[in-house]
Amino acid sequence: MAQGVLVITEQVDGTFRKVSYEAVSEGKRLAGTLGGKLTAMVLGEGVESMAGELGEYGADKILVADDASVKEYLVDGYTTVLAEAVEKTEPALILIGASMTGKDLAARLAARLNAPLAMDCVEVRAEGGSITATRPMYGGKVLADVSLTGTPAVVAIRPNAMSIEKTAGEGTIDKLMVSPGDTRIKFIEKQLETGKTELTEADVIVAGGRGMNGPDFSILEELAETLDGAVGASRSAVDEGWRPHSDQVGQTGKTVSPGLYIACGISGAIQHLAGMSSSKVIVAVNKDPEAPVFARADYGIVGDIFDVVPAITAEVKKLKG
Amino acid sequence: MDIIVLLKQVPATESTIALADDGKSVKTDTVKWVMNPYDEFAVEEALQIKKKQGGTVTVVSVGGDKTVEALRTGLAMGADKAVLINDPATKECDGLGIARILAAAIKETGYDLIIAGQRAVDDDNYLVGPAVAEFLTIPHVGMVIRAEVTNGTIRCTRTVEGGTVVQELVLPALFTTQRGLNEPRYVSMPGIMKAKKKPVDTKTLADLGLDAASLAPKVQVTAMTLPPERSGGRMIEGDSAQAKAAELVRALREEAKVI
Ligand SMILES: Cc1cc2nc3c(=O)[nH]c(=O)nc-3n(C[C@H](O)[C@H](O)[C@H](O)COP(=O)(O)OP(=O)(O)OC[C@H]3O[C@@H](n4cnc5c(N)ncnc54)[C@H](O)[C@@H]3O)c2cc1C
Ligand SMILES: Nc1ncnc2c1ncn2[C@@H]1O[C@H](COP(=O)(O)O)[C@@H](O)[C@H]1O
Repeated sequence: MAQGVLVITEQVDGTFRKVSYEAVSEGKRLAGTLGGKLTAMVLGEGVESMAGELGEYGADKILVADDASVKEYLVDGYTTVLAEAVEKTEPALILIGASMTGKDLAARLAARLNAPLAMDCVEVRAEGGSITATRPMYGGKVLADVSLTGTPAVVAIRPNAMSIEKTAGEGTIDKLMVSPGDTRIKFIEKQLETGKTELTEADVIVAGGRGMNGPDFSILEELAETLDGAVGASRSAVDEGWRPHSDQVGQTGKTVSPGLYIACGISGAIQHLAGMSSSKVIVAVNKDPEAPVFARADYGIVGDIFDVVPAITAEVKKLKG
Repeated sequence: MDIIVLLKQVPATESTIALADDGKSVKTDTVKWVMNPYDEFAVEEALQIKKKQGGTVTVVSVGGDKTVEALRTGLAMGADKAVLINDPATKECDGLGIARILAAAIKETGYDLIIAGQRAVDDDNYLVGPAVAEFLTIPHVGMVIRAEVTNGTIRCTRTVEGGTVVQELVLPALFTTQRGLNEPRYVSMPGIMKAKKKPVDTKTLADLGLDAASLAPKVQVTAMTLPPERSGGRMIEGDSAQAKAAELVRALREEAKVI
């Protein structure tokens, strides 16, 4: 009988993604209602030493696939290894953080297992043994409740939507022998910016739009830095070439749910709002009092961003001493 | 190089979405239907690869009568032919069901490369591309901003949080698109005229040897709600930028407790 929860974690160069801690914490809560153990899976090379930490977030068992062949994410090999882990643990539910890699892996794994998949969920429930989840659709314009029939159910959780909790689990480490099989994908190279807070994981986002009037985003960068946040952008700012595509927030960019979103010189087009409306608190700064963004903001300031934003930075600095 | 593009028709992103009376779907009579924006990148990339490598571009969709319009847009952009799987039974399908249908349709035609969108902007599932690749047992790579075909392989740059990864796949393979891959062309008047003469092959599930029972959905929407409206939004007044900023920061700390 399938039981318990399997959480697939993601690590980048020896650090777990924040969403992996969220997934393990959520997995613990769900294992409580579903019954059964919480198993966390770690893949990579030289990852055995970091794996034990997951016990502090409630993992009872930690399956480690530590091998050169899974050093880099290649979807075919990873899927094969995970399918083995699923066979071994027979979970009722598989949780995975919906990072870009997490989404890709969740999709291919669900197809391999012929299992129901709910992508990018903001809530997961296990009632009477059946799994239901809530997920934004239409770029966040709608919230849908979905039911998943069949085991294991695969649920990818949206970064920043669920809380991290420390609770002791048994934390027993078990090594999984790895046989990813033949891969038809070759890793060539990667380029990662280090030290930059990822937009989807940031607690605070300061976003700029066409109102920035040029590529100099230093006033936003300074405010973001003061608040330990990240800088985002509207599509217009990206189209102008002022910011990279990876900064774009919206229906065809990233969907973000930070604690605080500060929209600066952004009008509030429906495609932009879709991507940030699940933020906990929204602040808008715009010189046009009629800008639609104000209708979605918790706090609005009418004014020139080049005056208001540096003033906010100065006030925050004062507060933080 | 025979390239297949998976293409879905979706409500335009500027559409305001309203809930239907059943409480578990959206009203569709008032929305404007367009080709999924990520699939526009897919069609464009297919055309650019064809230009260098020769071959054909086929656009394939599972949809209803109306979906022909999106396929015609693909043909007007320059695709050679279209396949529409039009069967009322597909309405109930979940993402894996749609992927099974597409895989069955693609198996019937030869192909070297399949391009899909990373996600459809209606269901936001990020599923069909990878699932089609799995069902066809070919490799895939997701969220690609650069693709280069050379002697039986394709080298793709995919985006990940905070950077990019380059991978090389043995063809046949599938990749999904990310913004930044290209600038999709606009359809031209002559393009539209030519598209009218290009073939659209329509199929049912039975034509593909599939039946509705084998495609029973495992994921079902049971309810839809609109996200809660923000209430109590307030404009911060003040005599100067500094005064407004001070009041905002106070409110964020004391009321909202987010800083
Ligand atoms: C298929 C499709 C997908 C799309 N996807 C997205 C998406 O994912 N994300 C996205 O953001 N958009 C998206 N868009 C674009 C969207 O429709 C808007 O065009 C875009 O969001 C507008 O960006 P903006 O608010 O920066 O610019 P504008 O609408 O031009 O607004 C600029 C604002 O800045 C204000 N301003 C100017 N100067 C100042 C100043 N000095 N001080 C204060 N305020 C100032 C102005 O009052 C104005 O409100 C999409 C569009 C389409 C068709
Ligand atoms: N009904 C469909 N017909 C053809 N292609 C589809 C269909 N649904 C999804 N796709 C393809 O799969 C991609 C991802 O869709 P989704 O998994 O629904 O988010 C889309 O961008 C299309 O390329």
